[in-house]
Amino acid sequence: MFSDSNLLQFIFGRLTIDAIPYHDPILVGTFLVVAVIGTAILAAITWYGKWGYLWREWFTSVDHKKIGIMYIVLAIVMLLRGFADAIMMITQKALAVGASEGYLPPHHYDQIFTAHGTIMIFFMAMPFVTGIMNYIMPLQIGARDVAFPFLNNFSFWMTVGGAILIMMSLFVGEFSRATWLAYPPLSGSAYSPGVGVDYYIWGLQIAGVGTTLSGINLIATIVKMRAPGMTMMKIPIFCWTTLCSNALIVTIFPVLTATLTLLALDRYVGTRFFTNDFGGNSMLYMNLIWIWGHPEVYVLILPAFGIFSEVVSTFCGKRLFGYTSMVYATAVIAVISWLVWLHHFFTMGSGASVNAFFGITTMIISIPTGAKVFNWLFTMYRGRIRFETPMIWVMGFIPTFVLGGLTGVLLAVPPADFVLHNSLFLVAHFHNVIIGGVVFGLFSGVNYWFPKAFGFKLDPFWGKVSFWCWLAGFWVVFTPIYALGLMGVTRRTQHFEDPSLQPYLLVAAFGAFIILAGILALLVQLAVSYFKRAQLRDTTGDPWHGRTLEWSTTSPPPPYNFAFTPVVHDLDAWWDMKNRGHDHPLEGFKPIHMPKNTSTGVFLAVLSTALGFALVWYIWWLAALSFVGLIAVAIHHTFNYNRDYYIPAEDVVRFESHRMAQPAGGA
Amino acid sequence: MHEMTPPPGAKAPVFYEQEDHAHGDGGTLFGFWLYLMGDCLIFAVLFATYGVLGRNYAAGPSGADLFDLRLVALNTSLLLLSSITYGFAMLEMGQQNVRKTLIWLAVTGLLGATFVSLELYEFAHMFREGATPQRSAFLSSFFALVGTHGLHVTVGIVWLVTLMVQVRRFGLIEDNQRRLMCLSMFWHFLDVVWIGVFTFVYLMGSMR
Repeated sequence: MFSDSNLLQFIFGRLTIDAIPYHDPILVGTFLVVAVIGTAILAAITWYGKWGYLWREWFTSVDHKKIGIMYIVLAIVMLLRGFADAIMMITQKALAVGASEGYLPPHHYDQIFTAHGTIMIFFMAMPFVTGIMNYIMPLQIGARDVAFPFLNNFSFWMTVGGAILIMMSLFVGEFSRATWLAYPPLSGSAYSPGVGVDYYIWGLQIAGVGTTLSGINLIATIVKMRAPGMTMMKIPIFCWTTLCSNALIVTIFPVLTATLTLLALDRYVGTRFFTNDFGGNSMLYMNLIWIWGHPEVYVLILPAFGIFSEVVSTFCGKRLFGYTSMVYATAVIAVISWLVWLHHFFTMGSGASVNAFFGITTMIISIPTGAKVFNWLFTMYRGRIRFETPMIWVMGFIPTFVLGGLTGVLLAVPPADFVLHNSLFLVAHFHNVIIGGVVFGLFSGVNYWFPKAFGFKLDPFWGKVSFWCWLAGFWVVFTPIYALGLMGVTRRTQHFEDPSLQPYLLVAAFGAFIILAGILALLVQLAVSYFKRAQLRDTTGDPWHGRTLEWSTTSPPPPYNFAFTPVVHDLDAWWDMKNRGHDHPLEGFKPIHMPKNTSTGVFLAVLSTALGFALVWYIWWLAALSFVGLIAVAIHHTFNYNRDYYIPAEDVVRFESHRMAQPAGGA
Repeated sequence: MHEMTPPPGAKAPVFYEQEDHAHGDGGTLFGFWLYLMGDCLIFAVLFATYGVLGRNYAAGPSGADLFDLRLVALNTSLLLLSSITYGFAMLEMGQQNVRKTLIWLAVTGLLGATFVSLELYEFAHMFREGATPQRSAFLSSFFALVGTHGLHVTVGIVWLVTLMVQVRRFGLIEDNQRRLMCLSMFWHFLDVVWIGVFTFVYLMGSMR
């Protein structure tokens, strides 16, 4: 006999009306804001009749440039979410001292710091970096697209699927409270019985598939699709860092996938991998997750190093100092990053010898990194530095990052780490390198390549406002946090008894609002630049007097990137072409072979997200249905052999006629 | 040789290629190889997990109590044989012989299906003895490692059937040859992994 409650349980699993946090004013307010903005955007798209355009030209596009832009849009949206978490955390800390409890109860506060870490790494930094690599790398090597264009679209939508699951946890159920790496046994079913950790697991698993495949894709592109003459030691330094970063992705994300699967098995099936009883071993999880986790930070920073290198050399008008040493430094950093993971848990009983080994490998990493810093400085030395927006991000980066690196070397000393482990000093350190390194690098890259992608420069005034707010804001936030860490204050604390800490926390909270101003200035910069686009227009395709091939095509580039494949003779290929008088052919255009758009990627990601949602809420019928659907759609896709087409020569001529009206490139 | 732009002046080299050059396979085989290396790391994690947890019996049964080496030896030979028959299919593919390619693929698929069935039989037997994945960390890691391999073989069979349909319908066209080549790498890769499983889990487990 099927009672009503049985039927409801069958249909909705453990999802009940209580899972909607309508009793929490903060979440209801957030929901209202999101709903209003979301409805406004959807209504605007409908009003202007842009759905068909978006679907045909963007969502189903396999063009690496459009996918790259979509990645960055996703990253900026998630940056806003992650930053909202950050500012809530720091204001809670600043308010909840002594008798005051602040405004966030522990249950909510724990979700916020977990969400902040998870979102900023997986759904802000990763899509941002992947987006820039996707957009720029094929242009720099003179390719027409990536090696597997459909896979690229699929990877993007899987990342979106993961992001949607994480965002969904805000309004349906709750998010994980087990920190951004979900250490068991806390993250096991005994101590985290709710849906939070499950949202975390499936959000990351779905996005992880996309990241792994995108890593394979970009490696294959660099290895197989370089322009003729471009040997490995002639590829632009950003492509080298992309290659090393993706090599790390392909080696570590499978480890993450396997580790989270084991955790999921513990939670869903009741296996004993990481439990306290029946022979489980939670230290195994620490090791596995950090075998992923440490190289992950190099996945993020290496492309940022690549961006700084390109920007420094362009805005100093000089060839990059020590290209070869830069390449080797990048590769050495990538290799050593596999050998340092244990420094994340020196205090957890590995013993002096093991700690010494990992302490030393960690310190060794600072040598190639230091070499890079000197290379940038020597590139600037006696260069004609142009203080354009991309360049000032580099100038802010170098001192900030060097200090972050130094505190990292300090933490690498095991005895020092015993004092500083899990303290705010560590929090300040990794924000110092991630904001000062990765985020500054990404903003430098956005300012540098924006004219390539959209055909007009970003407004320099608002760019500089954004830069100064970020730089000043960063130091105002994290100087007191360093100090608190040295005083022994631990991280993830929701309330402080000692009122003498409050002044530091208030200063830090004030700094967070300066960073907020920096983020708003960035948004204002985008809007102002759009309205002033006629004034900021780049007609040459080469607004900064660039050195690499992406500047040899129009801004924005045509769908096929290059009508004629460039032939490379020198490291700074475009600089060489300009100096030795290249002649862009004005006729002889051929039809160009291109991949067709496909909607399969969207469908697969929608089904994966449904599968993730079903697994989170134990809605088994939906899980089975979406799983079967996934396999069916994937197999069906392979029956489509008609995946490419030719852009007719007349269309190529039409695209190119615009550039022919201009002098080709700015020499 | 490609036809190139005539160099303007004797010194300036050729900067643009005007003829499209052949794209080769577009890097699919290389890309698939990268994927296999990633998959290999998943197995590496599972082997490492088994290495750490493989003796944590929690007062439950050990490998020596559970494994029937004759059954596993039979299963191992079936899987190794399926690699050989897949090789025959590839040789026939080289001869453009659709019918014989399909026959050898079918034999490969049957051997793979028998392998999976015997593995499921073994699992069912262990379940009946109370040796479930929940019983101990040893059994959790055992089922994770061997089960993941079995799952891969199952996926391989689904893929193989799909490819057989496609070869029947569209013939041994270039796309299908490339796909058969990828599945070939996948299938042999699973063989190599199984040799590790057989050695480290079954042989060494029985000795304990």
